[in-house]
Amino acid sequence: MIIQDSKVLLEVRGLRASVNGTEVLKGVDFTVRYGEVHAIMGPNGSGKSTFSKVLAGHKAYEITGGSVLFDGKDLFALEPEERARAGVFLAFQYPIEIPGVGNGQFLRLAYNTLQTRRGHEELDPLEFDDFVREKMKLLEMNPDFLDRSVNEGFSGGEKKRNEILQMAILEPRLAILDETDSGLDIDALRIVAQGVNHLTNKNNATIMVTHYQRLLNYIVPDFVHVMEAGRIIKSGGKELAQELESRGYDWIQPDLDVNSQPKATARIVA
Amino acid sequence: MSVAVTHQTQPANGYLATLLAGHLSAPSPTSHKGTMRGQCIAPPVLTALQVAAAERVSALNVPSTRDEEWRFTDISLLTKLSFQPVVAESTLQLADIARFTIAEAGARLVFVDGVYAPHLSHTEQAEGVTVANLAHPLEKSAAHTDVRIATYLGQLAEYKNNVFAALNTACMSDAALILLARDTAVRQPIHLLFIASKQGGVSYPRCLIRAEAGSKATVVEDYVSLQDEAYFTNTVSEFSLADNAHVHHVRVQREGMNAFHIANCAVTLARGSHYQSVSVAMGARISRYNLNVLQAAEGGECTVDGLALISERQLADTHTCIDHAKPHGISRQLHKCIIGGSAHAVFNGKVMVRPGAQRVDSQQTNRNLLLTNRAQVDTKPQLEIFADDVKCTHGATVSQLDGEEIFYLQSRGLTDVVARNLLTYAFGAEILERIPVASLKHQLEQTVLEQAGLKQSGLEQMK
Ligand SMILES: Nc1ncnc2c1ncn2[C@@H]1O[C@H](COP(=O)(O)OP(=O)(O)OP(=O)(O)O)[C@@H](O)[C@H]1O
Ligand SMILES: [Mg+2]
Repeated sequence: MIIQDSKVLLEVRGLRASVNGTEVLKGVDFTVRYGEVHAIMGPNGSGKSTFSKVLAGHKAYEITGGSVLFDGKDLFALEPEERARAGVFLAFQYPIEIPGVGNGQFLRLAYNTLQTRRGHEELDPLEFDDFVREKMKLLEMNPDFLDRSVNEGFSGGEKKRNEILQMAILEPRLAILDETDSGLDIDALRIVAQGVNHLTNKNNATIMVTHYQRLLNYIVPDFVHVMEAGRIIKSGGKELAQELESRGYDWIQPDLDVNSQPKATARIVA
Repeated sequence: MSVAVTHQTQPANGYLATLLAGHLSAPSPTSHKGTMRGQCIAPPVLTALQVAAAERVSALNVPSTRDEEWRFTDISLLTKLSFQPVVAESTLQLADIARFTIAEAGARLVFVDGVYAPHLSHTEQAEGVTVANLAHPLEKSAAHTDVRIATYLGQLAEYKNNVFAALNTACMSDAALILLARDTAVRQPIHLLFIASKQGGVSYPRCLIRAEAGSKATVVEDYVSLQDEAYFTNTVSEFSLADNAHVHHVRVQREGMNAFHIANCAVTLARGSHYQSVSVAMGARISRYNLNVLQAAEGGECTVDGLALISERQLADTHTCIDHAKPHGISRQLHKCIIGGSAHAVFNGKVMVRPGAQRVDSQQTNRNLLLTNRAQVDTKPQLEIFADDVKCTHGATVSQLDGEEIFYLQSRGLTDVVARNLLTYAFGAEILERIPVASLKHQLEQTVLEQAGLKQSGLEQMK
């Protein structure tokens, strides 16, 4: 939702990042305010996942320019875990499997770590079990997934659902969902989308990376951006996604103000 | 074992060097038994065996890295030090060893520096079960028992070409004896606890387990220390399983960090019997564990799992040999090593399928996790198959912690250190989970968590 005079949660300015000596992000400008839902679309290899992982703090990417303020503070001064504790959450495009680490135990460890940082009480195993089962109901997940190793042997869709379960448990301020819709069947998409909608409110914000309009029918974005070759080349409202769906990316004329007035990119349709 | 080893390189004051050079003959069983343990009368069978073993001690050399079986394990450090056998009975009280006891255990035999400690032990002479010190004549049907002991003691563990087994056999006095009568099932685990208390001491722990047909038990063989200085534990265990017997063997080597631990274990399986073992090695400066399992009759089954968890300058060497001498045998082996600091792990896993041993089904896996760039592992799986209708697989991996896994955990709020430790712990937990004694499993998990520095991270609640 767009809230008048809402505070800026994330402010990305001229962000450049390289991996293995290749520049992937070439000056990203992007502003997110509390309450907003943003969608980032764009061709394969344009840098969407790179952008997501840079925000989460992945060490493989070298920041070569620009700045990111999260709630007014320098995000790059924080370690990945400190970002998580500050409220950044990335639902991975390809969640990895961690054999030997129990999913339920991992969720509790992560939850309690964040609770402690937020000055709240930890939950003991029994309390946490009740808590997590409630969250699983929301996502129509079988509690058996608690007893398995993290993502190990999970189907593609189950992994995505497990990511959103983590989001539900950790209650981030900024959720970045990297292609959470891919791999989900039609029912799962609806369930996961409802879960996400349930979690969004005026005190947080969501960035969704997606290739398809389908997801945006369920989670309606306030803004849609097109990333190409490491930059946001166009921003618009939800109708931009429909246009992309029918016409592809070729027709796009980059917004004139992309570089000259980066601040405005997220606000042009507001 | 080759005889090409020279003595010149070893200082004359080294215990082994002196012993092997013949300057110090292996203590004879009678002289070795001090008056302090006057009531301990060795069964007569020991003498001949010990004399034979002592002869082998004089004939053999201490192995060096030029011997194929010791290629990666340099024990020259051990040969340079001198060690003294301890003969005095221990003054330890139960409170001193409370932290090592196992709640579920029924019988418990405690040996301090190799000497049996009756006041810390809890023997069992129930219907069909004997758990006692071998050096004590068994009150009931002693003659009958002697014959049975003679049948197995020193007969399973090869000592003719194994200097450490020979030394143990020549020097043994007190020993753990477990006899299970036909169809007897012992529900409570039997705890054999070997405590090292003396700096510079050498001990020769010995275990003999005979499980008659259809019997069943869990045996915990446990090596612990009350001090951190150098000492030497040289142990031999023998397991004989009759038809359809089922023995669970948990072996825990948690010696002091400057200890030397050299162990030989021999297992013989009769028809349809089942030997399941989990061995955990985390102590000692240098440790070597030889495990030989002989499937001497059809349809034997063994599961041989292991975890070596070492750091700093530790060396842990595990040599296993599973010998499928007869058809229809099954063997499963998962051996894992977690190697930190500049520690060095060695795994040599031989699986042998003899001619005619058809339909053998064998799986062996060795996984190694290197925590630092200085950590080192030498792994050598060996399949020797002389039958054509068999199913044998083996594989070994060496890996480091996965950066993507660490990042995933960090992105959920765990610090880099906690993430690493959690992944390390998870790697080892797969083996610890196989320990069938809940409190021991818990104890070891805690030790691993402590070692991994996870105690303060809230992870201990995971258990
Ligand atoms: N670790 C890496 N090493 C080398 N190249 C990389 C690495 N990570 C990303 N890249 C390259 O950076 C570019 C952007 O990749 P990225 O994953 O961000 O694209 P994307 O927009 O998420 O694509 P998709 O829609 O297919 O998920 C690609 O050309 C990719 O090959
Ligand atoms: Mg991507």
